[in-house]
Amino acid sequence: MSVVAESLEWGVRRKPIVRDVSLSVAPGETLGLIGPNGSGKSSLLRLLAGLKRPQSGGVRINGQDIAQVSRKALSRQVAFVQQSAATDTNITVHDVVRLGRMPHRSALAGWSETDEAAVASALMRVDMTSRRAQPWQTLSGGERQRVHIARALAQTPQVMFLDEPTNHLDIHHQIEILRMVRDLDLTSVIALHDLNLAAMFCDRIVVLEAGAVRACGTPTEVLTQTLLRDVFRVSAQVSASEDADRPHIRYRVE
Amino acid sequence: MASDDAGGGPKGLAAFLALTVIVLVFAVATATAIGDYNIGLGTVFLSVTNELGLTGAEIAPIEQSVIWNLRLSRALVAALAGAGLALCGAILQALLRNALAEPFVLGVSAGASTGAVCVIVLGIGAGSLSLSLGAFAGAFAAFALVALLSNGATSGPNHTILAGVAASQLFNALTSYIVTTSGNAQQARDVMFWLLGSFGGVRWPDFQLLLAVVIVSFAVCIWMGRALDAFAFGDEDAAALGVPVGRVRLILFGVTALLTATIVSMVGAIGFVGLVVPHAARYVVGPLHLRLLPACAVVGAVFMVIADIVSRVVATQQTVPIGVVTALVGVPFFAIILYRARPQS
Ligand SMILES: Nc1ncnc2c1ncn2[C@@H]1O[C@H](COP(=O)(O)OP(=O)(O)OP(=O)(O)O)[C@@H](O)[C@H]1O
Ligand SMILES: [Mg+2]
Repeated sequence: MSVVAESLEWGVRRKPIVRDVSLSVAPGETLGLIGPNGSGKSSLLRLLAGLKRPQSGGVRINGQDIAQVSRKALSRQVAFVQQSAATDTNITVHDVVRLGRMPHRSALAGWSETDEAAVASALMRVDMTSRRAQPWQTLSGGERQRVHIARALAQTPQVMFLDEPTNHLDIHHQIEILRMVRDLDLTSVIALHDLNLAAMFCDRIVVLEAGAVRACGTPTEVLTQTLLRDVFRVSAQVSASEDADRPHIRYRVE
Repeated sequence: MASDDAGGGPKGLAAFLALTVIVLVFAVATATAIGDYNIGLGTVFLSVTNELGLTGAEIAPIEQSVIWNLRLSRALVAALAGAGLALCGAILQALLRNALAEPFVLGVSAGASTGAVCVIVLGIGAGSLSLSLGAFAGAFAAFALVALLSNGATSGPNHTILAGVAASQLFNALTSYIVTTSGNAQQARDVMFWLLGSFGGVRWPDFQLLLAVVIVSFAVCIWMGRALDAFAFGDEDAAALGVPVGRVRLILFGVTALLTATIVSMVGAIGFVGLVVPHAARYVVGPLHLRLLPACAVVGAVFMVIADIVSRVVATQQTVPIGVVTALVGVPFFAIILYRARPQS
């Protein structure tokens, strides 16, 4: 499914936070969203997922304006993984992932084999099957994040928005999760801080600066020395790796 | 129902519910049997089956009348009130994501008190019916104020709790003002007694009304039970799972307000049941609402009936206000929750 945003504007009071953002993601594409802290990545993802209403502009998923679609219908196609999730509820890993099936069930419907299969495969994909009975509260930060990704996978979405899904993960799981998201047959938009991971796994990258799109294109087109200096205020050396489309960044301290 | 949402297994839940219902039946029978004039448990059961036309046992008319017209209706109203308050507590704790939320956080009880005091002291209207109506109107006025202060259903949980605290303070101040400026000693005592709750004087019509309200509320809550589970990680997360957050919050706040207002207008402001019971039930059946809500209803019912029995036997020749009994049990429990909910170091 394609995701198209047209001149999205959102802000609080008189402070604009997302400024005239237009972008389009082709079906099956993995789009990286990068930008400094406070540049509006999370806000933009919420607008795209329909969790916030833009002040102007709109989002179309598969050609349909999401403002016209009910929450439930939308959540059958679109999953959202928050930057950080917390709860006081003493709930198990398995029950958290089962929440992901909610969009597909009516209020009192029983638990079907499809539901069970979706949950089992989601837990397996994030490598948490053996922890299914563990209480959420006792998980480590990275494990919580993986469980949340599993919940989104259990929604069997066609579009997935992930807000810094790898920020608590060890390097093995960072790579595994991003590889999995890329290889799954779904359209995804991922906010990331690790530019090398973005270069490795994203088909295209959008750079946000102060709420506006600064650059958009393939990793090679976007991740240039000039842009890194201007937007991220770092000096870096960008070198081509074996794969011409996937540059490698080495930071320098002077 | 909900056999799939197994945390501890559907059989475990069914067994727990069955056991609690049996305990409830015996608690209600005991509540009916004891009083100024004790009646045997066997007579109580026979009297009920007589009334239902199942048996034709000989029972003294006076006993029959005491059982059926006075005590049974009272015990059943106590059970329903306990179930309703516990249900409200579970709903509010989920919606407000706060372990200490209870039915009265929405200011409903303070509003009801003000309404009742207007009737008792200022004599707006007269008779018992208008006392209930006054309480009911006050309860809803408080709820409306909270809804207004917290900008309807759109703001966060803490906002709603703060608005509830503000409304409670306001209405409690109004109550005290009216009592101190216009009331006499007797009226103050009446108000006091009413505020602490009493099942004295409830009859079958009260039971019928409360039964209808509890059944409808319970059905709505069960219908939204899964949506409540989704609130575990916050409003936005619930929305991402397809829950129409604003609508669910509004409907469930409305249901809680209706249920609490009905109960408070009938039997006064009985604290702590709504706080204590959901935590106890969660301990047994887990946090998922399709399991938790039925468990809360039956445990709340048992708790309240037993509290009513205690309130009648603990002091000779006198009925201790029910709110005193529930609080005496509730406060230690509250302390335990506070202790366990402290930030982990
Ligand atoms: N509800 C709000 N009220 C006021 N300011 C807000 C609100 N939401 C976001 N902001 C501001 O908007 C800016 C963008 O926030 P956002 O969370 O989208 O940034 P981000 O790019 O995700 O940052 P990070 O990399 O730190 O996650 C920040 O400066 C933030 O303070
Ligand atoms: Mg962010």
